[in-house]
Formats: sequence, C-alpha cells, structure tokens
Amino acid sequence: MQVVRVPPFERFYEEQREPVLGQLRRMLGRDAADDAFQETFLRALRAYPTLEHGRHLRAWALTIARNVALDVLRRTIRTSADVPDLALIDEPLQYEELKELTSALPQKERAAVFLRYGYDLSYEDIGAAIGSSPEAARQAASSGVRRLRRKEST
Amino acid sequence: MTVSPKLDARFRDAAAAEGLLDVAYDMIDTPVGRLLVAVTDQGLCEIQYDADPAAEEERLARLFGVRVLRSPRPTDEARRQLDEYFAGKRHDFELPIDLRPTRDFAHAVLDQLARVPYGELTTYGALAAKAGRPRAARAVGTVMNRNPVPIVLPCHRVVGSTGALTGYGGGLDRKRQLLELEGAISPLR
Repeated sequence: MQVVRVPPFERFYEEQREPVLGQLRRMLGRDAADDAFQETFLRALRAYPTLEHGRHLRAWALTIARNVALDVLRRTIRTSADVPDLALIDEPLQYEELKELTSALPQKERAAVFLRYGYDLSYEDIGAAIGSSPEAARQAASSGVRRLRRKEST
Repeated sequence: MTVSPKLDARFRDAAAAEGLLDVAYDMIDTPVGRLLVAVTDQGLCEIQYDADPAAEEERLARLFGVRVLRSPRPTDEARRQLDEYFAGKRHDFELPIDLRPTRDFAHAVLDQLARVPYGELTTYGALAAKAGRPRAARAVGTVMNRNPVPIVLPCHRVVGSTGALTGYGGGLDRKRQLLELEGAISPLR
C-alpha cells in the first residue's frame, strides 16, 4: 500500500477543525464546545509526532474530540437542579436543560440518561464514560427513565 | 460549522505557549513585500519572499518536524525588529538564528556574512576568502541563493567583483531597494 505521509500540522488543523467543532457542539452544546475545541487540538499536537502515516486523520481527530467531550461530560454530570417534564421532550436537549432534567437521578442512571437521550451516544461510549460495560450502561439508562416516569406520574 | 477567528487565534496562541510546535510561522508585511517568517525554539529559521505557505509548510516540516503551525506570537520579536529595520531605526538584528539544516562550508559562509556591516558592500570572492576558500566565489553565490534568512543575514550586501548587483533570491529590485534603504547605493534616477 502506498505510504501517505503525515501532513504538516497546519494542513491537518485546517482540514479537521470544522468537523471537530461540529461533533463537539453536538455532544456538549455551544459554550462547552469552545473549551473542548482547544483541548482536542492540543491533545492532537502532543500525539502528532507519533503518527506513522497520514491515513484516517479525520477519524483520528474525531476520536480525540469524542474522548475530550466524554471527559467534559464526566466532570459535569455531578451537578444538580430541578426536574422538568420529561413527556414534553422528543428531541435532543440542550446541555443546560439536560443537566437540570436528570439532576435528581442517582449518579450512574443520570449519566446514562443524559448521554443516551441527550447526546445520542452509543451504549459503548456511555459505558466508557461512566466506567461500566455497555450492557450495564443500557440498564442504567432504562432504569433512570423508569424512575423519571414514576416521578412525573406522582 | 465555522470556527470563529477568536477561537482559532486562541488555539494558535495556546499551541505556542505550551511549547508544542516544531515551527511557528506568520506572514509579515514589509516595504519589500509580504514575507513568510518562521521560528523554532532555537531561533529564526526562515524568511521567504513570495511564499506559497502550503509548500513552505512541507519544507519546514521536513527540516524541523511535522508540528508546523501558523502562530503569530512567536514571530513578534522578528516582526518588531524588521519593522525597525525598514523604518531605518535598526542597523543590526539581535535575533537568534536556527541554522541546524545548514552544514559545513555554507554554515561558515553564513557566519562570515553575518559580520558584513549595515550599509557596506562586499564581494562573493571576499566572502569566500573569509570562509577559508578564496577560490570558491561561485559556491558562495550558491550559498547566498539558498540563504534561509535573507535581510537578517544580509546577502543583499554581497555583489560581484565589478560592483554589479549580480543576483538576489528575492529579485534584483529588492536587492536595490534594501541597499538604497541602507544608503549603500544611491537611488536610480
């Protein structure tokens, strides 16, 4: 296979900055995405000299972005607020709304609901974020939803 | 998903501040045109006339490492001294220069070139002699042509034995312009 050389970082940055910002905004909302953007490309810079070829750089950049976003979510999932009406919600929520909606749940369920229904992450990613298996993440999400429904009906 | 200029500038500053770059460069406007100016952690490593940034990034990456990024702040000191030079307020540059890719004879010639004073002319032959190879005037011409940091290393002060300006990497008009600025030749009428 032909060797694809690693391009100068400037090329990499110019080609990947928009898709990376897009992914971070989908996962974190606008404001948190800005900080995560810088962190993503600083991490990429640190690892850049270790790249052996220049293939799959888009996937590489998006993986770093996803890991940075998961770190941010892990840190912010531990705050609290009131719970609005889950029945009114039928599309991905903004970051702040989600934080509030899930704040009364036990921590693990909260994290799972937050990441699954707010950010549409796979159970694999959620498991990685909360430190459990994908199956445990799925169970945490569904029991979290059940708990929110019970709360609503009371 | 457009990255705002503010967010972009913040990252470029942070990358340099964290010491993560092999080369930082920027474009600097001067009376002799737009210059690409590049620095490493060792010093100034390139000044290029009429640069194609993408091509220079490739070249700099091969010479110094792949982490080449446009980042203005590390080039601020070079920019300031170039501004002073073109305003006639500075005769000597006080900038560390990174000549790691330049070897042996070429390095010796550039060391001698650095000592040619502001506003004075020398010849290829004289420079060859000072570098220890008096018959290598032609080779000195080649070294001048490949000077990585023109203006700061003053290859514009080197002329033919008859006094003819001979040649210049940035074009003879620029050589003339620099020598007129320094008062080394009188302006053409």
